[in-house]
Amino acid sequence: MIKVEHISKSFGDHLVLDDITATFERGKTNLIIGQSGSGKTVLTKICIGLFEPDSGVVTFDDRPFSNIKEKHKIDIRKDMGVLFQGGALFDSMNVEENVMFPLNMFTDMSYEEKLERVNFCLNRVNLKGVNHLMTSELSGGMMKRVAIARAISNSPKYLFCDEPNSGLDPVTSELIDDLISEITEEYNMTTIINTHDMNSVLKIGQTINFIYKGKLWWQGDSKSVLHSDNKELDEFLFSTELTKRLKTI
Amino acid sequence: MLRKLGDYLTLMYQTFSRYDKSLVFRKRLLHEFYNLGFTSIGIVLILSVFVGAVATILVAYNTDNPLLPEKLIGFSARQMIIQEFSPTIISLILAGKLGSQIASELGTMRVTQQIDALQVMGINPANYLILPKIISCLLFIPVLIVFSIVIGILGGWLACVFTGVITPTNYVVGLRSWFEPYSITFAMIKTVVFAFLITSISSYIGYTVKGGSVEVGKASTQSVVVSSIAIIVFDLILTQMLLT
Repeated sequence: MIKVEHISKSFGDHLVLDDITATFERGKTNLIIGQSGSGKTVLTKICIGLFEPDSGVVTFDDRPFSNIKEKHKIDIRKDMGVLFQGGALFDSMNVEENVMFPLNMFTDMSYEEKLERVNFCLNRVNLKGVNHLMTSELSGGMMKRVAIARAISNSPKYLFCDEPNSGLDPVTSELIDDLISEITEEYNMTTIINTHDMNSVLKIGQTINFIYKGKLWWQGDSKSVLHSDNKELDEFLFSTELTKRLKTI
Repeated sequence: MLRKLGDYLTLMYQTFSRYDKSLVFRKRLLHEFYNLGFTSIGIVLILSVFVGAVATILVAYNTDNPLLPEKLIGFSARQMIIQEFSPTIISLILAGKLGSQIASELGTMRVTQQIDALQVMGINPANYLILPKIISCLLFIPVLIVFSIVIGILGGWLACVFTGVITPTNYVVGLRSWFEPYSITFAMIKTVVFAFLITSISSYIGYTVKGGSVEVGKASTQSVVVSSIAIIVFDLILTQMLLT
């Protein structure tokens, strides 16, 4: 379980996050949604330790993670898998080396054991026979799947996904959503997904946190999100022509 | 300016902290030996031949006096090549080649979040990415400069053979006259300092890029400019300190 309590963050005079408190539960896909610029990426970056909050604390299963020295964060970091928006695959390495990277750094497994684990993870994300492809040879969807394989290769307890559907077609997008949802359940991970994809919200949002102008505006799940009477959430959810028409049906 | 100096020193502190895994570090080091050092041999050798030849012709042209012995040309060319041309000019060339390579590599990794990915995995990115580059350059650039000195002197001899500015025999006699081993020590000290400046400055500029591909390009250029200025400034300081 990951808890963020009273998190605030400013850049210069601009207050980006204002007293955010939320709990992200184990074994569930926890979504952070909101418009571009609402502060959801900053909140995610605070959770993974790329930014420090101005105030408030982040805890991973009651282990403090914010405003402590970098060397004390390492144990928690080893339990983290992160799927970055662009994949952030190492472009000097091929697929196999990318997925094997966390194993090389943090385990004493033999090459055969590591290769077995890499192949298992690649199979898990429905990728076979791509071990020796360079990242530049992969499609957007394949890149995301390799990034997921790398994120889960070291059996993390916490998985963070920053806009996993961005730049993907609807079919691939759904595949990625299904995959994240399945592995969350399978490995009993605490998964936090930062998204503004409506399909993801309705399909895999077991807990949903709506951020509006830096504040936690609404909390609920995929069932309650459609029937909420929150005006700002309603405007966000039904902002496109398609969703507006669907609402009237 | 002071803030940037502070950031640079902080980055160097992170870079020289203990590495995560020695086997991984050794692999990275070997990779950088090839990537930064081995691939620079060609350009260093080609430039050194011509720099040596030009130095010899220039000395011969400027000391065209019957009262001066011909062997003085070989002596002067040797001293110029050992003390200045090879360590400084070749380091400036390497600042262009390696500086832009390092800055653009790290800058691209920064803007595509590869450095963030390393950090969230619990790896010290500065140590993982920069330390092998610095160590490989500190070890390999002096080797390149020794090659450069030898090839530069050979270039001077070829200039004598093909242009006849002096006889090759007198050139060789000049090369062997009044030799002080301290010249080599001086050249090596300068080279090691320049190697550190090139790699650390370029790494700092690339590592701290913010933005996109345009900023990576700017960082690449900036790293060459700043490294070159640093080399020239330290050349003056070291020459003053070590030769007077």
